[in-house]
Amino acid sequence: MRRQTLSRRRFLAATAITTAALSTPFVRGAHAAGKLSIGLWDHWVPGANRASTEVAQAWAAKEKVELTIDYIPSQGNKNLLTIAAQAQARSGHDMLAMPTWWPQAHADQLESCNDIMTQLIAQSGQVNGTVQYLGRAGDKWLGVPATIGSQIKGPCSRIDLLKQHAGIDIQAMYPAGSAPKADAWTMDAYLKAAEACHKAGVPFGVGLGDTTDSVDTAGAFFQSFGAALVDAKGDLTVKSDAVRQALEYCVKVAKFYPADAPAWDDGSNNRWLVSGRGAMIMNPPSAWAVAKRDAPQIAAQCWTHGMPAGPRGRFSPFLPYFWNIWSFSPNKPAAKSLLVALSQPDAVAKFVAASAGYDIPSFEKLTTLPTWAEEGPPKGTLYHYPNPHNHQTLSIAAAPAPPKIAQQIYSQGTLTKMIVRHLQGEPMERTLAWAESEVEGFLRT
Amino acid sequence: MADAVLSSDPPARRIITRPNAVRRFFQRKSTIAFLMALPLIILIFGLVIYPAFYAVYLSTLRKSMTSVAWMRNCAWLPDVICTYLPFGNMQFLFTRETFWKVVYQSCLFAITAVIFKALLGFILAHFVHNIPAKGQRKWRGMLLIPWVIPPAMSTLAWLWLFDPSYSAFNYVLTGAGFDRIPWTGDANWARFAVILVNIWVGAPFFMIMYLAALKSVPDQLYEAAAIDGANWWQRIWYVTLPMMRNIIAITALFSTIVTFANFDIVRVLTAGGPLDQTHLFATWAFKLGIEGGDIPLGASVSLFMVPILAVAAIFILRDINQRGNEA
Repeated sequence: MRRQTLSRRRFLAATAITTAALSTPFVRGAHAAGKLSIGLWDHWVPGANRASTEVAQAWAAKEKVELTIDYIPSQGNKNLLTIAAQAQARSGHDMLAMPTWWPQAHADQLESCNDIMTQLIAQSGQVNGTVQYLGRAGDKWLGVPATIGSQIKGPCSRIDLLKQHAGIDIQAMYPAGSAPKADAWTMDAYLKAAEACHKAGVPFGVGLGDTTDSVDTAGAFFQSFGAALVDAKGDLTVKSDAVRQALEYCVKVAKFYPADAPAWDDGSNNRWLVSGRGAMIMNPPSAWAVAKRDAPQIAAQCWTHGMPAGPRGRFSPFLPYFWNIWSFSPNKPAAKSLLVALSQPDAVAKFVAASAGYDIPSFEKLTTLPTWAEEGPPKGTLYHYPNPHNHQTLSIAAAPAPPKIAQQIYSQGTLTKMIVRHLQGEPMERTLAWAESEVEGFLRT
Repeated sequence: MADAVLSSDPPARRIITRPNAVRRFFQRKSTIAFLMALPLIILIFGLVIYPAFYAVYLSTLRKSMTSVAWMRNCAWLPDVICTYLPFGNMQFLFTRETFWKVVYQSCLFAITAVIFKALLGFILAHFVHNIPAKGQRKWRGMLLIPWVIPPAMSTLAWLWLFDPSYSAFNYVLTGAGFDRIPWTGDANWARFAVILVNIWVGAPFFMIMYLAALKSVPDQLYEAAAIDGANWWQRIWYVTLPMMRNIIAITALFSTIVTFANFDIVRVLTAGGPLDQTHLFATWAFKLGIEGGDIPLGASVSLFMVPILAVAAIFILRDINQRGNEA
């Protein structure tokens, strides 16, 4: 029998291999903290993605993480398809940007962000009520409210046309750099102004279709009357006085909108403003930004401001995006660390500046950044866009219904369909009966 | 020794015969055909069969996707059976006004569009068939353009023509002193618009199929009909149409399936509006499943197309088989 001997060469080789194997996890190489794959919303504003890439890659270099960023457009609902596919496959990005209702729709598949939200709220202030409504399931934070993509859809008015036809000095009501003096900006004033501008041939360009811009405006109007189709407990409240009152008002004012408003999509109002055909639209500043490029004389007359107040208050549509970590992500600590980095005041300021003021952070201490005060022309046109003086309640259509029911009301455009049905001559009670039947269907679990 | 020789024989034979059997197996036409079709079979399994069965599975779930949507309180089935059937979503859909609207619209859309596409394709095929061979290819190519452009792209161009506020058609109409037409704002006009675009996209397919069929009709039949004194209409009715029957049936079936399942034209042009009055099964399924986050209900809506199309396919294919047997 041949005896095994340990040669010097074999001993050295074995020692080297063992040493390498044992020490490998502790070598801090270029990507020592592993890989991270994230999906961010593909921004409308050219160049805005560059800002998020820079912030994220700077974090990755510092933390030694191999970071992959995919920009997913909302055009054609590509982002919604991606969310649905990854949720079904339980595989995909570690962190994904989800709009409005989607964190709630996938609440069970998302990692709790309580630890980092506590830290961020302590740092940058409380988040608004809509973010709490959409971003939290019970005590669990489903993600971090994203600055990128979050927007308020308030009125963007033509200074000259409102003054000329409705006698409203919108800059005096909403002066740049100081608190609004908008007590007179009520639903009655809005109705009178809509009528006057309609008569003058420059109607308010508010859609009545079932895309988000139309639904958001209708939702804010309903909330200003205290009208909800389903209450916070999940009970049907369609046939309430508040809903009747809101519907009646919305139909009254809809008569002064363009005749084709029921067929409008989210691009129609932008084109309405840029073409100079209307005195007001309800939109974030993207329409104004396009006007600045394509029709500067119109952009110079645009002023973004707050919503009119109704009997139950002043409500403005707020549509937040969230950055969410899937529960199946293999690198949750790195994802959380990145979310903290993306939510730092410096990063937020960079995103807001890169988006020319379009993006709005949800934390209360971050709504007075210089970008909104400085953007123009006219200078200060975006000052009131992020609601810096909290003079209106930021809300989302169909709230306060439980989010999974509200999402159905929102996506099916039930509110705008009610307005159009009644506008086209259907009796109020029949419209309400139709809405009740629709919403009953949404209550199924 | 002899035993040893005998006993060593069978393994030797096996060694010789085994490669031949394998080779013969791989040389069989059926094996080669199967192997060559295998990539396609894998693709069809991955992209059609698996998703179809997965859609059936999804349609049996409740909205929360955590449990099965059992049926409840069936009027026509005892509870013992009813409550164990996982078709709660289908049962729910039958109670929805919008669902019946979508059924009506899908049938209206598919039937109207297929009839007009067939009619237009038939006429165009005759025109092209009668063009001298020298210039025919040019016309064939031009007439096929609407069919070869991706519909989502060409529908965008139609959207600009039908735009609620800036319609090019309305520009011309108002210029000529007519009223503006709410192309996508009024239910009937919106349905007209989506059907029109579908006809525009699909008619060339009918034309090319009919043209191929026309070219295969023997000239002798027309000569015999002419000798018998048949006029133009009689030649079409007694010669052309009977010879094209199978092609017409197959083209109509294929087009019905594709038109019924249409998504892109409606999605781009009207997105189902106004008031859901142009939704088809596919667009409504997308609205419920993807935009509304109710994937099981969306899957259920999309599956409703299957029985309707299966019945149409059975009738049309049975008719073709019968004619084949008669022949």
